[in-house]
Amino acid sequence: MTDPSFASTAISTEGVEAGLMRRLARSPSFMIGAVITAIVILAAFVSYFWTPYDPTAMAISSRLKGPSASHIFGTDQFGRDIFSMIMVGARNSIAVSVFSVGIGVIIGVPLGLVAAAKAGLLDEIVMRMNDLVFAFPALLTAVMLAAIIGPGTLGAVIAIGVFNIPVFARLARGSALSVLAREFILASRASGKGTALILIEHVLPNIMNTLIVQATIQFSLGILLEAGLSYVGLGTPPPFPSWGRMLSESQTLMATAPHLALFPGLAIVFAVLGLNLLGDGLRDALDPRLAGRSAQA
Amino acid sequence: MSLLEIEKLSLSINGTPILKHIDLSVEAGQTVGLVGESGSGKSMTSLAVMKLLPPGAQAEGRIGFNGIDILAAPENAMCRLRGNEIGMVFQEPMTALNPVKTIGEQVAEGIRLHTGANRADAEARARKILERVGLPVEKFPLSRYPHELSGGQRQRVVIAIACALKPKLLIADEPTTALDVVLQKQILELLRDLVDENRMGLLLISHDLAVVTDMADRITIMRRGEVMEEGETAKTLSAQVHPYTRQLAEASTHMPARAKFVEGRAPEPLLQLDNVMRDYPGRRVSLFQKAEPFRAVNGVSFSLAPGQSVALVGRSGCGKSTLARMILALDRPTGGEIRFMGDTVSRMGESALRPARRNMQVVFQDPYGSFDPRHKVERLVAEPLHLLESAPSPAERRERVAAALHDVGLSARDMNKYPHEFSGGQRQRLSIARAIITRPRLIVADEPVSALDVSIRAQILDLFADLNQRLGVAYLFITHDLTVARAITDEVMVMHDGVIVEEGATGRVLDHPQSQAARDLVAAAPDLQRAIARRLEMQG
Amino acid sequence: MLIYISRRFIALFLTLVVASGVIFTVLEILPGDPAEVILGTQARPDTLAALRAKLGLNEPAPVRYAEWVGGMVHGDLGTSYTYSVPVSDLVKQRIWVSIPLAILALILSTLIAIPVGVVAATNRNKPLDFGIMGLSQFGIALPNFWFGLLLVYVFAIGLRWLPSGGFPGWSAGVWPAFRALILPAVALALPQAAILARVTRSALLDVLGEDYIRTARAKGLTQRATVWRHGVRNALIPVLTILGLQFSFLIAGTVIIENVFYLPGLGRLVFQAIAQRDLMVVKSVVLLIVAAVVIVTFLVDIAYAFADPRLKVRR
Repeated sequence: MTDPSFASTAISTEGVEAGLMRRLARSPSFMIGAVITAIVILAAFVSYFWTPYDPTAMAISSRLKGPSASHIFGTDQFGRDIFSMIMVGARNSIAVSVFSVGIGVIIGVPLGLVAAAKAGLLDEIVMRMNDLVFAFPALLTAVMLAAIIGPGTLGAVIAIGVFNIPVFARLARGSALSVLAREFILASRASGKGTALILIEHVLPNIMNTLIVQATIQFSLGILLEAGLSYVGLGTPPPFPSWGRMLSESQTLMATAPHLALFPGLAIVFAVLGLNLLGDGLRDALDPRLAGRSAQA
Repeated sequence: MSLLEIEKLSLSINGTPILKHIDLSVEAGQTVGLVGESGSGKSMTSLAVMKLLPPGAQAEGRIGFNGIDILAAPENAMCRLRGNEIGMVFQEPMTALNPVKTIGEQVAEGIRLHTGANRADAEARARKILERVGLPVEKFPLSRYPHELSGGQRQRVVIAIACALKPKLLIADEPTTALDVVLQKQILELLRDLVDENRMGLLLISHDLAVVTDMADRITIMRRGEVMEEGETAKTLSAQVHPYTRQLAEASTHMPARAKFVEGRAPEPLLQLDNVMRDYPGRRVSLFQKAEPFRAVNGVSFSLAPGQSVALVGRSGCGKSTLARMILALDRPTGGEIRFMGDTVSRMGESALRPARRNMQVVFQDPYGSFDPRHKVERLVAEPLHLLESAPSPAERRERVAAALHDVGLSARDMNKYPHEFSGGQRQRLSIARAIITRPRLIVADEPVSALDVSIRAQILDLFADLNQRLGVAYLFITHDLTVARAITDEVMVMHDGVIVEEGATGRVLDHPQSQAARDLVAAAPDLQRAIARRLEMQG
Repeated sequence: MLIYISRRFIALFLTLVVASGVIFTVLEILPGDPAEVILGTQARPDTLAALRAKLGLNEPAPVRYAEWVGGMVHGDLGTSYTYSVPVSDLVKQRIWVSIPLAILALILSTLIAIPVGVVAATNRNKPLDFGIMGLSQFGIALPNFWFGLLLVYVFAIGLRWLPSGGFPGWSAGVWPAFRALILPAVALALPQAAILARVTRSALLDVLGEDYIRTARAKGLTQRATVWRHGVRNALIPVLTILGLQFSFLIAGTVIIENVFYLPGLGRLVFQAIAQRDLMVVKSVVLLIVAAVVIVTFLVDIAYAFADPRLKVRR
């Protein structure tokens, strides 16, 4: 009985991860997205130590100047350097989206996992709560919070964060359900493993990829939402620079100084685009249909 | 001139060679069987005839259908042929139909397309063909949706679609592989009748040698994209000139060498079931009536002795998988008791079940779904070890995993690999390694070889027999395949609608079935020797 | 089917009830003393007491809630603190700006997105697909209010084709009113269309990989007929789900875009109310918007049941 088909003929000894790095490096979408995102993060980071000008320093004599060698993006109606304001504004956008995604993941993912594992009443409750939160667009939650505690960054973070919870709960639940239906889970249970351990050891690693991709999407949505909230005055208040608020302040002067509206908007597009490309590249690279080609029987 | 003539067909997809110099022909009214294991290229050959190849496909050679050169034919000419002169039936009935269109619409669509008939006429013809395939319009009105039909019924709809316009050639690619053995017999008979009625040529593709022998006048055997042998069915399979033909034929009828089971002197049975029941809550059909519960298992009692190998056979939906889950304590019965090694496992909590679980393990059907793709083999095979009283040290763990791998014919080096690096047959060995690592007394195997190629199947059955001998482990095989039961078990129990209708020594029950359910199963089960003998007789 | 609709309707009703409870709790109970929120912490105690009495804040919370909800059912949305007029008067006019705008944007985005998505899917990995996908990447990164500003700059200030803001009212004629909504609708619709186009493309690609597509081709259907009759028809189902979800973003977008174009809609109303701490207005408008979102979700669920016969049989 020396049939070569049962000798260990390995196709590749690398695991799922090593192939991943190569695929990521070859994905233009991921590389471009990663570079853009890195630039944005770098700008925010550097702004703590250095900006071309003090973003809050007003210099009435040089107000409303267009882009030039001394002010790359020009100045606003108070003479403040737009480029510096944008660098500092990046801090705000990043902070708000990171915290709001954090809220969504930390609360939403466990909720979704437990709902998927326990089913029954708990599942129903979690699903109904999800529906309830989805009925409140992040904007409305921000509106309500602003009405009672006044507009501010905290309100924005809570509003966006609360909306992220059902996003992640629903995703975690859906993915967990499809993993839990697979036979290796049954085999685990037959080996006597408890539900909690199964969730941690088997389910979570297998849904991690989907969660990561969704997190990048929610990051980019967070930046957009924060900009929108700041635009209508429900986000970061003055004097701290915020991309959205810069746009609302530019509105009345648009006819004469279009550069005021152009650059903050471009910054938003740039950051969001970078994150989206990053997420797309990640999603394609993590696609389980590409990983793990099995040998022919 | 043959109806279908394939000459020196070679095919590559994106540069990878798939088929090499295939020769095949089908006459009108003739059934030709195309046999091969996975990767043999048989499906690709049929897709080439229909010219439904995936993008990147390059074909050379000649395919002649009724004088038409298929490979040179333009797409609109092919559209005129498909569904009209050449019909095709695929393997998966559950997904072959559009879920949002009624069966009437889907059958009538082809009719309207090719004959230009108006809706009323097309529907009338659709009704006729659906009646012909066994779906009378009183029970299956044209307004039914696919999800309201079972797998077997859906496959009949697919056949109706393929045969609605009385094509000259019908290609059936594994048409019954996803169906249970009794349904398979019905569908194959339907195909045979349609072929006879309309003098169609039938190209029947299958991995099951016995099925093809029953149905086909001529047989072509393929392996890795090439034709190994071709000829008249009974002669080819009895002469077995080509070594691969011999290998396939032997594997199909393979019986592992086993010593006869002798009832031990153990006072207590290993596993005992007493009047086990399992009810499921029913579906609500109206707002006002409570739903009727559905009884999946209805009073099953039996016992299993240590070291004994027993098969639980039955059609799909008879309750055998439900029963298996309860035996493994993955589900609780709603009535009755299950005792394993003296403990009433049906009533015990998880922590109390640990010693029982140590002695009872499972092997599943799907070698691809049985493993978490993110874990290495060592971790996967060692998973049951946490059931032991004292957790083994990492070194001990590795030793035990190595020993288990060795027992199943793999090497210790495989410990560090991922499941996707192994073939289907090798993964099933990994499943078995995981099942034996705690040296259990009982292994429940749920269709352990159904998803495997026939030569691999024989090897796995040998492995099971070997382990039974060496380790004295008892088996409960759940299967609908009677050849597996015959090969590897001492006793068989036949289950039907949640009840065990017959039980006894395997040979006796399968040779002389008494109950209707058992008789249906035995009559439907394809048997290679019987089929060859029948054919030789027919030819005089 | 009837069972399905009634279950969804009950869910709709319950969500609205709970939502109203949440809104009430957040806006009236959480801040402690709504009167203080309105007048500020520096206000004199007797002014506060007077306001409390005027607003009926001395009654227990459940009673106030019941009065509010009871009033709403009759169309009485309370009285605005700032303007001392019934909130329903304020809302009535504004709604005729916001709702048409949202619907216009929805229709526009769907009309653009679905054909574009289908074209991209059927030309997969060809230059047309890459072009559409690239363009849509910019589309989804575009903040709709910034896009609105750009549109104003180009079409209103630059080309002077369309008004840069304001709303003449429907009484001034359908066309002038409509004209004022074009730019805002486009600003809302285009980023939405980008998302929808991508969803349509991926839904169609998924469907085209299904077995029943192969069955259709084996019947003799041309590739094009298969894509439209079997592919697009089935792909619309997941697209419908996304459409429902996107509507809540669309409504939020409408509220924001009114600021760009100085449209007298619900958005302007609610932001002014926040600035003036007019809790009554905020309460009612928020609930109205939530109701709009929930009703649309309900309608999408019903449409979904019609589109997918598998749902008609409750599993």
